[in-house]
Amino acid sequence: MINQAQIEIMLVASLVAAACALPGVFLVLRRVALMSDAISHTVLFGIVIGFLFVRDIHSPWLILFAAAAGVLTVSLTELLLRTRRMGEDAAIGLVFPALFSIAVIIITRDFSSIHIDTDAVLLGELAFAPFNRAVFLGANLPKGVWIMGAILLINLVLLILFYKELKLATFDSALAAALGFSPALIHYGLMASVSVTAVGAFDHVGSILVIALMIAPSAAAYLLTDRLSRMLVISVVIAVASAIGGYYAARLLNVNISGAMASITGVFFVAALIFAPERGLLARAIQRRRRSLRFAEEMLLVHLNRHENTADAATENTLHHLVDELNWTPTFAQSTVQRASQHGFLQRQNGSLNLTDSGRQVAQRALSR
Amino acid sequence: MDLTLIFTDYTIRNVTLGALVLGIVSGTLSAFAVLRKQSLLGDAMSHAALPGIVIAFLLTGQRSLPVLLFGAMIAGWLGTLFMLLVTSQTRIKQDAAQGVVLAVFFGFGMALLSWVLRQNNAQHAGLDSFLFGKAAATVASDVRVMAIIGLIVLALVALFWKEFKLISFDHGYATTLGLPVGRLDVLLTTLIVVVVVVGLQMVGVVLMSAMLVAPGVAARQWTNRFGLMVVLSAGFGALAGVGGALISSFEARLPTGPVIVLFVSAIVAVSLLFAPQRGIVWEAVQRYRSARRLREAAVLEMLYGMAIQHGDPLHPHSLASLRAGLSREGVRYTLDHLEANGMVKQTENGWALTPEGVAKARQFLRASEGEQAHRYSAEVLS
Repeated sequence: MINQAQIEIMLVASLVAAACALPGVFLVLRRVALMSDAISHTVLFGIVIGFLFVRDIHSPWLILFAAAAGVLTVSLTELLLRTRRMGEDAAIGLVFPALFSIAVIIITRDFSSIHIDTDAVLLGELAFAPFNRAVFLGANLPKGVWIMGAILLINLVLLILFYKELKLATFDSALAAALGFSPALIHYGLMASVSVTAVGAFDHVGSILVIALMIAPSAAAYLLTDRLSRMLVISVVIAVASAIGGYYAARLLNVNISGAMASITGVFFVAALIFAPERGLLARAIQRRRRSLRFAEEMLLVHLNRHENTADAATENTLHHLVDELNWTPTFAQSTVQRASQHGFLQRQNGSLNLTDSGRQVAQRALSR
Repeated sequence: MDLTLIFTDYTIRNVTLGALVLGIVSGTLSAFAVLRKQSLLGDAMSHAALPGIVIAFLLTGQRSLPVLLFGAMIAGWLGTLFMLLVTSQTRIKQDAAQGVVLAVFFGFGMALLSWVLRQNNAQHAGLDSFLFGKAAATVASDVRVMAIIGLIVLALVALFWKEFKLISFDHGYATTLGLPVGRLDVLLTTLIVVVVVVGLQMVGVVLMSAMLVAPGVAARQWTNRFGLMVVLSAGFGALAGVGGALISSFEARLPTGPVIVLFVSAIVAVSLLFAPQRGIVWEAVQRYRSARRLREAAVLEMLYGMAIQHGDPLHPHSLASLRAGLSREGVRYTLDHLEANGMVKQTENGWALTPEGVAKARQFLRASEGEQAHRYSAEVLS
């Protein structure tokens, strides 16, 4: 049976998932997915620096420091990029390990007694979410519900307010700039939103699940649709389903909840990769197969059309000649002839293959194409 | 700070040697990774290795370095192949593919690890330190394994030097030459995976990625020659490794991995700023010099032009008339500098050219006339 604490854990996880999935879509579309990796690590830097000032690990100020660290990460990366002496990948790869290292050194030296260890940063502890409660508007709910609910709401409001701008800047940044929307402003706004979301979420689920929830559901949704609005919805649905599915999997197998949730986002991604209509590996394989079959059939009809009513028609237009001339295997020749006759394009008469009227039309159309 | 401890203290010696080996090997490969725009591959790989490490431990019950390395390699390799599959078969780009592999593999590994830890098996102790890096736990046999693997990696790089160089610079050209580009890609990526895995236990997951980015970026600033860049990159890696290891050994409560990363980041900062030719400071100095040259040329040409109106190239003019004629800032400053170089001198009637200044002004004028003539002929011809 499900008790209240479990429902609350799933609620927090679902809010985290939805809040991460929204900005995640734009990270994937704008090809800066790995900024989520960088930001979710440098959040620790912000928290550590914030702690040096306020000396209280539960202070809400830490969220601001952490968000500022996220924006700092983005600015430093841009600064390095602007020197034009390295690629974007290298710039990201230089900034966050350095900030993370500073954070780890400060932790080891100054407050090894306080509970911020690197394990907790990477993993978070969702199972403790129900113990940390707050009463707001008369409702006694876990703090995580309030915080993540607020962040989700902010993300949603920002998304609705700036939907048009985000869409334009993502798909045609030149046009957006020409129309007077600052691409830099939109970029930094998005990154600030990623930072705030990462800060709120990482407390509960750890940085790895933040990355997984931001990228994997969005990447899966990218395979499933061409419309931005649908991609947003699908990505949120997959993220929330991963959170809930991951929770059940974790309980069933008695493993770490965040790890299980991240694994389930991977399962969804692989499922989309294989089974997505049109873009999935399976659909593409079927399309390829179908195309090659149709091409073979057309080639057969063109061949018959060419030798029809000529002197060598009797030898050319037979089944076993196809094997030599078109370099087909006997079974493939047999099945292609079979399909063409099923489609009513040819008739078989004592071993020779004769085109029907519709078959002749197909052949001529194929040639004139 | 007693440096003889490097030779006598067991832990310090192992940590320093291990960091040295790691620095050289990761530095070498970092040069390739940076040129191939695969800087973040190390980050993805170091995360993707986790499930392999845990599964290797589960299957063998052993915690020895070679066993865990093997598991990590398999996982890292699968992650790379999956990334290649996704980027080649779908419209998902490298960054998202890397992100998915990084987070999902690591999450899966974490789930597995938590399961192993709950089996309450005493042997698993230290398995998680593998992830976050515990340099101080490095023992002599670890260093030996690292050194052997490092030598194999370096030997392979030397063996395939020409091929790796070609695929790093011009993938298309390498393909047209008929090189097995796909297999070389996989080999080079595999070497990166191996180094990442070797480095994990030393500096940890997050920080290992820095060792595959920073030395290459730093080395790139100092040279345009590939061979030299690889050597410099290995040298920077070694310097950061040894420097970081020593600093953290002699100062209490300084974790080795982060210190190494900060050390190598400092090397990058210095290189970006001060490297000759490409350094930011160097560039600023060059820009300042050429701006000053232009200012001096303008002043000399103006003085000369006004003086020959009087039939005497040495005829002096007042500062005010020079300012009016040039309509630019810093005339006085430029004159001072020219005077210090003996090009002009101040007389009671104002500023005048010296014979050296006249020669210089004529030289400048000839150059700019030549340029104008050239520009004019280019216009006419076009």
